[in-house]
Amino acid sequence: MFYREAGQFKASYIEDSAIFPLRQDRIGIAVILAVAFAVVPFVATPYLFSAILIPFLILALAAIGLNILTGYCGQLSLGSAAFMAIGAFASYNFMLRVPGMPILVAFAGGGLIAAAVGILFGLPSLRIRGFYLAVATLAAQFFIVWCLSKVGWFSNYSSSGVITAQEINILGYVFDTPVEKYMLVLTIVAVMALAAKNLARSNIGRSWMAVRDMDVAAEVIGIRPMRTKLLAFAISSFYCGVAGALFAYAYLGTVEPEAYNLDLSFRILFMIIIGGVGTVLGSFLGSAFIALLPVFLSVFVEVLGSTLGLDVSKSLTSNLELMVFGGLIILFLIVEPHGLARLWQIVKEKLRLWPFPH
Amino acid sequence: MTFFLEVLISGLLSGIMYSLVALGFVLIYKASGVFNFAQGAMVFFAALTFVGVMELGLSPWLAFPVTLVVMIVLGLVTERFVLRPLVNQPQITLFMATIGLSFFIEGLAQMTWGAEVRGLDIGLEDLPIQWLSDRFGMSISKFDLAAAGIAAILVATLALFFNRTRIGRALRAVADDHQAALAVGIPLQQIWGIVWGVAGFVALVAGLLWGARNGVQFALTFVALKALPVLILGGFESIPGAIVGGLIVGASEKLAEVYLGPSVGGGIEGWFPYILALLFLLVRPEGLFGEKIIRRI
Repeated sequence: MFYREAGQFKASYIEDSAIFPLRQDRIGIAVILAVAFAVVPFVATPYLFSAILIPFLILALAAIGLNILTGYCGQLSLGSAAFMAIGAFASYNFMLRVPGMPILVAFAGGGLIAAAVGILFGLPSLRIRGFYLAVATLAAQFFIVWCLSKVGWFSNYSSSGVITAQEINILGYVFDTPVEKYMLVLTIVAVMALAAKNLARSNIGRSWMAVRDMDVAAEVIGIRPMRTKLLAFAISSFYCGVAGALFAYAYLGTVEPEAYNLDLSFRILFMIIIGGVGTVLGSFLGSAFIALLPVFLSVFVEVLGSTLGLDVSKSLTSNLELMVFGGLIILFLIVEPHGLARLWQIVKEKLRLWPFPH
Repeated sequence: MTFFLEVLISGLLSGIMYSLVALGFVLIYKASGVFNFAQGAMVFFAALTFVGVMELGLSPWLAFPVTLVVMIVLGLVTERFVLRPLVNQPQITLFMATIGLSFFIEGLAQMTWGAEVRGLDIGLEDLPIQWLSDRFGMSISKFDLAAAGIAAILVATLALFFNRTRIGRALRAVADDHQAALAVGIPLQQIWGIVWGVAGFVALVAGLLWGARNGVQFALTFVALKALPVLILGGFESIPGAIVGGLIVGASEKLAEVYLGPSVGGGIEGWFPYILALLFLLVRPEGLFGEKIIRRI
């Protein structure tokens, strides 16, 4: 009843190929964007911005990047954090070495450099498949992070290896409070998410999905596997690179290789698995889940400890969190292997028929 | 020349230690098609349990069977509660589940036994062999040699088990084709339980050796990351591949560290095996002994 396409006629090709063909979807997206842009900045606390909302948005962007590669094109990658690191360091060096560099251009430049490296590390995907490729992408993860911490030029010969990021200054306006940073991140993420959604339904997106579903068959019907796969690596790395630059500039405030370790790569992979492989919506849902889970867990463990009257030590808490985190991931995969995005689909189906059962 | 040989041999011996961990991966991948990322966590759990049981006052000879029982129970529980509900899911889902499992096991291990670093003495000293250093001026660790010997015994036992016993044959049948194995009456779930039990046993042996060498600490879980290049170099499905891959990775890593490392600033052992394996895969996409995948529409 609430979610029906009845009565919405498409009279032209333009209407038929709209990103959100249903009126309900358009209204829903508009409401979400309006709330995110116009309501959240006035109600949320600085803690909420800097500890939850900003990392949630940035990691969602990285998850979209990985989703393009893994979800749409079917190439499992365990090195997304390394491409984020490249984006961060490239942006830093653009800002440092090019006088008068606008920061948004530096972010885009960081993304482009990451895309170039992504193509390089994507080359093996033309020969290697499946888990062999996944392990091979670990080469990117370890090699790139090692390179960034060993080669002094990248970090401007900083002795500690931890560099303070330059301030974010767009046309003379300095973004330094959490709210301002949030608005900047939100704008970039919203634009890039819409672009990704659009890309997925284009000619390129469809050829990615063909390669994912069966690459030999895709080749036979005339999709060039090399171009398609490398494009997926490039665009995915671009997204990861921009996310990495934002991670350094808007979240951490520092540029350091250690922030982009294997753990972050795994977390991004968890996001797309839990959120839903091959959906843009899933990247956001998964990122929200992974960002909020530790917060809930620590509160939960604290409450549990105080009700039982136990003296909960720090190490016990962190180990218990680790166990619950691992257990929840397994449980999630068992209960809903297609991710949170699939749950949303089911809800939509129900809303369509409500209040009738069939 | 002596120095080169010394580096080469110690590299080969430490490569066997990698093979031990890679073996656990291969066993499970062969029988169930699961890429078990939790193998490193299982190694850590085994070593920590062994030390913990010994601290309770048991002798090493008693602690070993106790730990073995714990590992087998862990394997069976994993099969029952993680893998059985996930049958027929795509491989990536199973892989993610084992990453979740590795978090769980790491947390469980540290919660049960504490997180401090412990030493583990299994009666092998990490000293150079006197005879070799007198005669040839090479220092080869006694410990490494013994570890290699244990690994060789383990592989031989596994080979016998796989080729000569009834259960072993059933395991190989399952590895070849799940459905055909089911059709001739091989109980699939029982077989998977056994495989996870055996993998627990291999993890225990690897955990004892690695723990005795580096101390029982959280860093043991990273041993799994060392085993992955070995795995893709040798091929996911091959036990000889794990051994040969381990030897190649161990030797080339040590040689690169000694001869190449100083010129690029050191610390290359973290990525060198991966790049090596990657370049190697460009020539042979399914590793040295992996099954050739025939792709048709």
